[in-house]
Amino acid sequence: MSLTLDQVKRIAHLARIEIGDEEALATQGQLNGIFQLIEQMQAVDTAGIEPMAHAQDLSQRLRADAVSEENRRAAFQAVAPETEAGLYLVPKVIE
Amino acid sequence: MAEPGPRFPMNMINASLKELSQALAAKQVSSVELTTLFLDRIDRLNPQINAFVTVDREKSLKAAAAADARIAAGQFGPLTGIPLAQKDIFCAEGWRTTCGSKMLENFVAPYDATVVRKLEGEAGMVSLGKTNMDEFAMGSSNENSYFGAVKNPWALDRVPGGSSGGSAAAVAARLAPIATGTDTGGSIRQPAAMCGLTGLKPTYGVVSRYGMIAYASSLDQGGPMGRSAEDCALLLNAMAGFDERDSTSLERPAEDYARDLDKPLAGLRVGLPKEFFAAGCDAGVMAAVQDAIRELEKLGATMVEVSLPNSHLSVPAYYVIAPAEASSNLSRYDGVRYGYRAPEYGNLDDMYMKSRAQGFGAEVKRRILVGAYVLSHGYYDAYYLQAQRIRRLIANDFVAAFNDCDVILGPTAPSTAFRIGEKSSDPVQMYLSDIYTIAVNLAGLPGMALPCGFADGLPVGLQLIGNYFAEARLLNVAHRFQQATDWHTQQPEGIA
Repeated sequence: MSLTLDQVKRIAHLARIEIGDEEALATQGQLNGIFQLIEQMQAVDTAGIEPMAHAQDLSQRLRADAVSEENRRAAFQAVAPETEAGLYLVPKVIE
Repeated sequence: MAEPGPRFPMNMINASLKELSQALAAKQVSSVELTTLFLDRIDRLNPQINAFVTVDREKSLKAAAAADARIAAGQFGPLTGIPLAQKDIFCAEGWRTTCGSKMLENFVAPYDATVVRKLEGEAGMVSLGKTNMDEFAMGSSNENSYFGAVKNPWALDRVPGGSSGGSAAAVAARLAPIATGTDTGGSIRQPAAMCGLTGLKPTYGVVSRYGMIAYASSLDQGGPMGRSAEDCALLLNAMAGFDERDSTSLERPAEDYARDLDKPLAGLRVGLPKEFFAAGCDAGVMAAVQDAIRELEKLGATMVEVSLPNSHLSVPAYYVIAPAEASSNLSRYDGVRYGYRAPEYGNLDDMYMKSRAQGFGAEVKRRILVGAYVLSHGYYDAYYLQAQRIRRLIANDFVAAFNDCDVILGPTAPSTAFRIGEKSSDPVQMYLSDIYTIAVNLAGLPGMALPCGFADGLPVGLQLIGNYFAEARLLNVAHRFQQATDWHTQQPEGIA
């Protein structure tokens, strides 16, 4: 399998990472090298093997639906690029 | 401030945690004095090694003074007042926490990771600062840090390994008595091996991931990096434990990981996976590993051949699973709530695209792209599910092997520390330096690296792999080995 340049650009868009033509070309070669490594998996017969999502077979713990944290909005927003009146500012999305 | 004064009871930079603890309790030394000693070394030596990305003398000395007050009041534990280096992946309130990325260059954490709360808040250890690392823990050489490569104290033109390379270099250069690390595919064990240290990746779920910046959540695990198994056991005692804030933290009773350190090794069955002793490992590394096998035999262990027939698939499966999880985890960096935002942009989508393009480094972007692809429609079954099925096969191999042995032994990495720049242009070559460590993460098992000799003047790391929750057993084997050898006490020349 090898990725086309258009596929590289499409994945970059899905991942919301801007990519120029030159960078896409260099990335294409590197990704194809990585996929060549990954392709070794395809020769393995895994019929009937249950996928292992996690190192421990655990069910998620439940807890009471109760407030456990205090409101620290100011501290958390102090690290934001741009806020105003307790809100995060982003470019206008609704005209 | 002068270096070790006459009233220091010993060579403090080479003292074990136990010795430091005793000296502090006996008031032969104060935490402020110890902390100052290491901060002065950092000031003097860090410019050539680049192990620390953030040091805050005032904050460290304040914590040291608080530890001294606890000791004076008789309210202290075995680690109170001992300085440590924190990998810059752990959020520490009021400390810049960068994860090696431009994305978080100016991020001052508003809260403590559980590991930080336990080690500093509860145990009373003193942070000397935050250590350099591969960006978002993605790398095996520390060359992927936005803050520049870390130099290996054993040879300054070589890498310290990664991703916990800053922690490894800091301890190897005696800039800190011990450090925290994290290990997703080998990031504690491989740098420990390359810097002549002892490091332990616990069973998945033993150390809380809360406040540890996520890379691949089903694999990430924090652990200690120090100069001996005993030091690692003592740090793990304070790091481990159930945490309701981590949904995959295991509810188990607390253990003393140092309890079996001195247990004799007579009768120990050590499994040697034939796949780890096949071609692909440097001769010098293999010779040191073989010497270690003979040493363990002298201590009463017997060797048995075992097989991990799917271990050659661990690197391919890892490079599907870890990037898939990373692409999801790193979607949070959008330039809105925290982290880097591009200075110029058009609409909201453009702001995301530019912030992420400028904020992430090349390797992080590559892994996000691989992850986005393997999770995308039409490829999920062929890649992601296939990788998870192979993950099961790999885990089953270990289960079968542990029917015949108590611990598994092999090299930690196929080579000693390579030269800076040697592998940085070929991602796949770099990935293969984790060929012996990755399977352990996929299976969720505990694994250790410890020094077992030198090849061409560079440290070689032995790897020990245990069954689930066999940390105390691994530490026991490592400690007995270290009682009989002195590889772990060697120190790089020129770093006085």
